[in-house]
Order: sequence, then C-alpha cells, then structure tokens
Amino acid sequence: MDFGPYLLLASLEGAVGAAVLALTALGLSLVFGVMRIVNVAHGEFYMLGAVIAWWVTSMVGGHPALGFVAAMVVSPLIVGIAAAAAERLVLRRLDYDPEATIVATIGLLYVIQQLALSTYGADARPVAAPIDFRVQFPWFGYSGYKLCVIGASAVMMLAVWLVLTHTRVGLMMRATQHDPETARAFAIPVDRVYAGVFAIGAMLAALGAVLIVPIQQAHYLMGHDPLLLSFIVVIIGGLGSLRGTVLAAVIIGMSDGIISVFFSPTLAKILATLLVAFVLVWRPAGLFGARPA
Amino acid sequence: MAAMTLLETHGLTRRFGGLTAVDGVEFRLDEGEIRALIGPNGAGKTTFVSLLSGRIRPSAGRVVFAGEDVTRLPAHARVMRGIAYTFQITSIFARMTLLDNVRLAVQRRMMRGWRGPDARALDAAAMAVLDRVGLADRATGIAGNLSYGHQRLLEVAMGLGLRPRLLILDEPTQGLSDAEIAGFVDLVREIARDATVLLIEHNMGVVMELAHRITVMEMGQILAEGPPEAIRADAEVQRAYLGG
Amino acid sequence: MSRAVGLHIAVLAGLALAQFTLPEYHHGNLARIMVLAAFASAYNITFGYAGMLSLGHAMFFGAGLYAAGLAAEFGGIAAPGGLVLGVIAGALMAAVVGVLALRTTGVSFMIVTLMFAQAAFLTVLYFGEWTRGDEGFVIASDMRRVLGLDLADPATRYWAAFAVFGAVMLGSLAVARSSFGRVLAAIRENEERTRMLGYDVFRAKLMALAVSGAMAGAAGAAYALLFGYVGATFASIQYSILPLLWVLTGGAATVLGPFLGTLLMFYLIDVSSSFTTAHMMIVGFALIGLILFFPKGILGTLRERVVPWLP
Repeated sequence: MDFGPYLLLASLEGAVGAAVLALTALGLSLVFGVMRIVNVAHGEFYMLGAVIAWWVTSMVGGHPALGFVAAMVVSPLIVGIAAAAAERLVLRRLDYDPEATIVATIGLLYVIQQLALSTYGADARPVAAPIDFRVQFPWFGYSGYKLCVIGASAVMMLAVWLVLTHTRVGLMMRATQHDPETARAFAIPVDRVYAGVFAIGAMLAALGAVLIVPIQQAHYLMGHDPLLLSFIVVIIGGLGSLRGTVLAAVIIGMSDGIISVFFSPTLAKILATLLVAFVLVWRPAGLFGARPA
Repeated sequence: MAAMTLLETHGLTRRFGGLTAVDGVEFRLDEGEIRALIGPNGAGKTTFVSLLSGRIRPSAGRVVFAGEDVTRLPAHARVMRGIAYTFQITSIFARMTLLDNVRLAVQRRMMRGWRGPDARALDAAAMAVLDRVGLADRATGIAGNLSYGHQRLLEVAMGLGLRPRLLILDEPTQGLSDAEIAGFVDLVREIARDATVLLIEHNMGVVMELAHRITVMEMGQILAEGPPEAIRADAEVQRAYLGG
Repeated sequence: MSRAVGLHIAVLAGLALAQFTLPEYHHGNLARIMVLAAFASAYNITFGYAGMLSLGHAMFFGAGLYAAGLAAEFGGIAAPGGLVLGVIAGALMAAVVGVLALRTTGVSFMIVTLMFAQAAFLTVLYFGEWTRGDEGFVIASDMRRVLGLDLADPATRYWAAFAVFGAVMLGSLAVARSSFGRVLAAIRENEERTRMLGYDVFRAKLMALAVSGAMAGAAGAAYALLFGYVGATFASIQYSILPLLWVLTGGAATVLGPFLGTLLMFYLIDVSSSFTTAHMMIVGFALIGLILFFPKGILGTLRERVVPWLP
C-alpha cells in the first residue's frame, strides 16, 4: 500500500481510539473536576463495562444487535451502581481526602480486577459487532462498525455537554464544582451530586468499553491502558474542562494511533508519560494546585 | 548614639495579576525599635511582611537586611540571617509536644550542616525559651491541645528560639483575651531588649502602648509614619482608621 | 543503650536465630521477606517520616535490580560490585526524579512519581534486546558469589539478606533519631512552618528521597543477586503499590513497621494463593480496609496507645 492510503488507515484507527478515549477520559475528568479526587480505579470500571457487555451479549440470543443494545443499557447501569456503592462505602468515609482517596481507589482497582479474574477468568473473549458491513475505499475496505463508534461517541459527548449546560442536574454539578460549601448553602444535595458524578464518570468509561468490545476482546487486565491514557488526556487537556478533555483525547488518541503504526507503541507511551510528568512539574499550580492537597 | 538601620526596602512592589498589593514601598527600620504596622484590611500589610521574610517574591524592588541585599534569598536563608516570622493564622506542629516545637527552632540555630546539637544542650535551650514565654510547665503537653492564646505564645517562643535580630509578628493579639493581651505586651517589651520587633496590629491600645514608631499603610503604599503621638494627631489617619 | 535501640537489636538477634530453627520453606520465605522489608523501610523514609506519598518507588527498586543484573550480565561484575552499583543507581535515580518531582506536592507529587516510574518501566521494555523485558533473565551463578560463598546456597542467602535488611533497618533507626529525622517529621506535620524556622525544605526532602532511593536500590540489587532473576515485573506499578501497602500495614513512621507489614502481607498472599489465583484481591481489600479503619497501621496504633517511645 502507498503512504497516502496507509496514513488514511492509521488516521481512521487513531480516530476510533480517540473516540473511545474521549468518552473514558471525560468520565475521569468529570470526577476530578467536580469532586477534586483522582479515581485510580477508573480503568477497572472500563474493564467491568466490557466484561458485563460480553456477559449480556452471550445471554441474549438472536441477532447480535439485540445483545449489543441490551449491553449498552445494562452494562453502564451495573457499573454505575457499583461505582455509587464504592463512593458511599469508601470515598465518603474518607471525606474525599485527596491522598487517602488515591490509596483507596488503588485498592478498589485490585478488588474489581481480581473479582473479574475469579469470576470471568483470564481469557479474552470477543463480542460480535451489532452491524456487519464494510465501507469500501479505493485502496482498502474498512469496518463500518468502527466508523459508527466514532459517531456514537460524538453523540454521547454531545449529550453530556447538553446535560451539563442545559439542565438542572448539570447546574447542580457545576455549582458543586465551583464551591461545595456555597452549593450546600443553596440547598444543593452535595452528597448526592458526588455519588451521582462518581457513578456517571464510571458509566462513561463503561460506555466506551461497550463500544470497544466488538473491536477489542474483553479481558480482566484491559483497564490498564485506558487508565493511563485517560490520565494523560485529563492532565494535558486541563482538568474539568470538557472542551480541553475532548481536544486532548483527539490529539492523544490520534497521535497514539498514528505513532504506533509508524513507530514503536512503547516509545509513544514513554514520551506521553514523560510529557504528563513535565506538565505537572512545570505547571504545578495550574492543574492540581488550585487547592493545596 | 545614632541608631543603626537594620532593614530597608527600596521600591518594593508586588503585583498579583492586575492588583498591586505592595506598591513601591520605601521603608526603614532601626535596630532595637518596636515598629507597628497599621492600616485597613487589604492595605497590603501581610503581603509587605511576607516580602520581608521571603515567603513571597517581589515583582520589583529590593530588601536590604543588616547591610546585605537579601532580595534574592529564599525564606529559609533569611531566617538564618536573623529574620523570624510568626504567622497570622497560628501555625505550630500541632501533634508534637511544646518542647519538640521549640526544639525544632533552637536546633536550627545550633545545627552545623545536618549535625544537630547535643541533646542536653538542646533541651536546656528549648526549656529556657519556653520559660521566657511562661509555658515551661506545659513543656511535655501536645501543642494542639493548648488554648488559642497559649498557641500564640508558642508561636512567639518558636520565633524566640531562633534568637532573631528581627521578629515579625503578624497580628499577634488577635483573638486573645484582655488579660492575655496585657501579658503579651509585657513579653514583647521584654523581647525588644535584644531584638527589633515589627508588629502588624489592629488593637490600637497595644500599638500605642508598645510602638516606638508607627507606619500606616493604605492601598499598598505608606500613608504616614512617625511616633505614636504624631500618628494619633494626624487628622487624616485618625479619620480613616482610628475611628475618631 | 536505650530501650528503643535494645528492642531493635533484639529483633535482629531473633532474625539471626531464626536461621537455625525455621523449617526450610519458611527459611527461604524469610530471606525474601527481609529483602522486601528493606525495600519497605526505604519507602518508609519518604512516606512515613517525610510524609511524601510516592507512587513510583518501583523505579528505584528496579534501578538497583537492573544495575546489578545488567552489570553481571554484560559487565561481568560480580555480587559485591553489583550491590554497590545498585545503591548508586537507586540514589542517583531518586536524586534526578526528586529535583523535578519535588517541585510538586500532594496529589501532583503522586502522579508525577507514578508517571516517571511508568516511563522507567516502559524504558525497560523498550530496550528489550538487553533487558529481555517481561520475560527477564537469569543471573549466571558465577556472578552470584561473595568471598567465595555461593549466594544460591540457602544459608548464605539468608545471611546476606539479613545483612542488607539489618543495615537498612539500623540506618532507618539512625535517621528516625537524628536531627535530620526530626526535621523530616516537622516537614510532614507543617511544611511552611518548617521553612520559616530556617530549614531548607527542598534540600531536606531531596536528601530523604536520595537516602530512600539508595536503600531501595540496595534492596533491588540484593533481590537480583540473591534470587538470581531480573525481570520487568519488579519495575512495574505493582512494586510501587506493594511497599505502600506493607508500610501502611505495619505502621508508617515506625522503624519496625515495614518489616512487620511485609511479613504479614507476604504470608497473607502466600496462604490465599494456595486456594485462589485472584490473590491480589487481598491487596485491594487490605488497602481499603487500612486506609478506612486503621490508617496508622499496627505499630503506629500500638505506639499511640501503649508504647509511646517506639521510634
């Protein structure tokens, strides 16, 4: 294949990765933005979403689309409930202390991951794509489902944006983010907002995972990379900023896809992690420093 | 005997974004005096003394201490030159004993590199300081359990433990009872026998009783400066700040 | 001799005696635990005493591990030299990372150390040609000799592990009781106040990190040389989390806590792995349980309630 078509293919792959990454990172960003905590278990909610999607599709018979649609509903729901429970049972008791929260969510990471290992097992399992058609380019054919993933992700992010900016719930979340004390004084149920935001953050990760399982098989260790990439996106994009997160996800996702095709994916990741470290070092007050930890 | 200048600033300025908190201040402090710094909230008093102690960096201007330009020195190096600062909001090691709190101050003065002083000499020196502020009988108590007034005294004790040439007290009597304030006034007078004291204070009784000279700040600049009687008589100052 | 020093000497004497009394299986375990406890003690210097929560200590352990391993594999440098190289590598890496990471505090410090450690781990994988990545490599047995003694021999290995752990533990005790240690504790309690008492906070933290890095490097090198295997797992995030868990369990800012925590967790995971493959779940539940209900750990709680003189 010539360079041009090859680049197009790499860009398409990058765009699919970026679309899923944007959803996942948006969840992490939302949790940090509103609650000022770093959820290290975010990647495990993603994994959980994928595993539940496999489980739902394997129970629902008939056309693959039936099972997939069911998974789109059931998987985020279960993940959201699990996240809300974790928020209530653990994070709230820690009073959202930033450092203690990180230690606790590291614990949560292991619990979820190992629960998946002991119930779902160590195998990677595929999920059939709900639609099966190929888009024929002059040089190669490309999975129609993958193109749909990009569209679906864009629609969901638009929905999140609309909820945040145009609804009462969104207003409550923004008020809490701005100043929890004042929000409380205005009778906003800050506790419920926190539980809700934590759940929504996890659900976004689960949605991203459901979209990805027809492309990438479900495996109990699959949460690691999305976590790392989400971190990178959230820190580069600026915390709590929806636009920054999406923009950074597109840049990081695309360049991860393209660099990985032409160079070593490991080298790409080394550079990305160092970039995050240096952003935090040179702008210590800019990102996390707004409130002393 | 002509008093020696201990500290002076030239064109000292600090801007926060668009706000100029300290604006080209020319200031002089003589060795051995008790100077009070007064002015309304937001006048830039705390920012000004933070510039002196090195907690924040100036946007422009110089700070000269004992003949040496210390503008570029970090805070901890200025402490070693003899500038001690006690915080406006009480800042102690709440989970340590009083003795440990003061020891940390005394140890710094007695340390050579990372080698600390002999334990007995350290304890004796720390106890002497606690005795000076009247907290010796509580030496082994936990600092966080002290009353607010006693915590403020402990702060001063930590300052004294450094044996500073200049002790900066940021609103030391805020929140103290009248009896505690009276004790505090005596203590500051006693400290001033071998150190220079710069005091931010809102309680005008304390200011009039203690200060040799008073500096009035407003909007980041020095509005007036002089002995207490002159400041008291200054109609402008009076109208603005003395409630007269 | 104070009772504190006496207690620590007694613990070391007990460990020396255990060499002769333990059954073979536990004897081997204890050698491993002592090396890992040296790593935990290194972590305790920064996390426990200085209050810096690093999520990247695997890179210092890994630095020592690979310094010793690669020196043996490609440089033909045998055990004693490998240990020295490990200490230097750990300290150097900690100093370089420290100069950058110490510009941040709290959550940012955690993320920055995590990212640096991740970059270091990926670098090990990237140079797989030499490090053989995840698969790792075995150190030749002629490189694992000290003074004519074979480190693969269980008794020699035990004494070597004992020596490394003893040195690190006594080093921790010396730090804890020194004026330097008091300054670290002061920084942990109130950084700004410590600065305004004239202490160079940045330098003190950097030194704590370098000391911790040197100790972790020693532990890593010892691990490579005593057990003869070098692999990327030991530089992965898991080996940054484990020392945190061990120190939290035993009690942060106690000299013996890291050993106690490592001992307990090692056996807890060992026992549970005999009936489940998901034995890391123990780690997860332990972390959550400790941070929620028992943040001071075993010895920290004991010190608070019963033995206030415990260093």
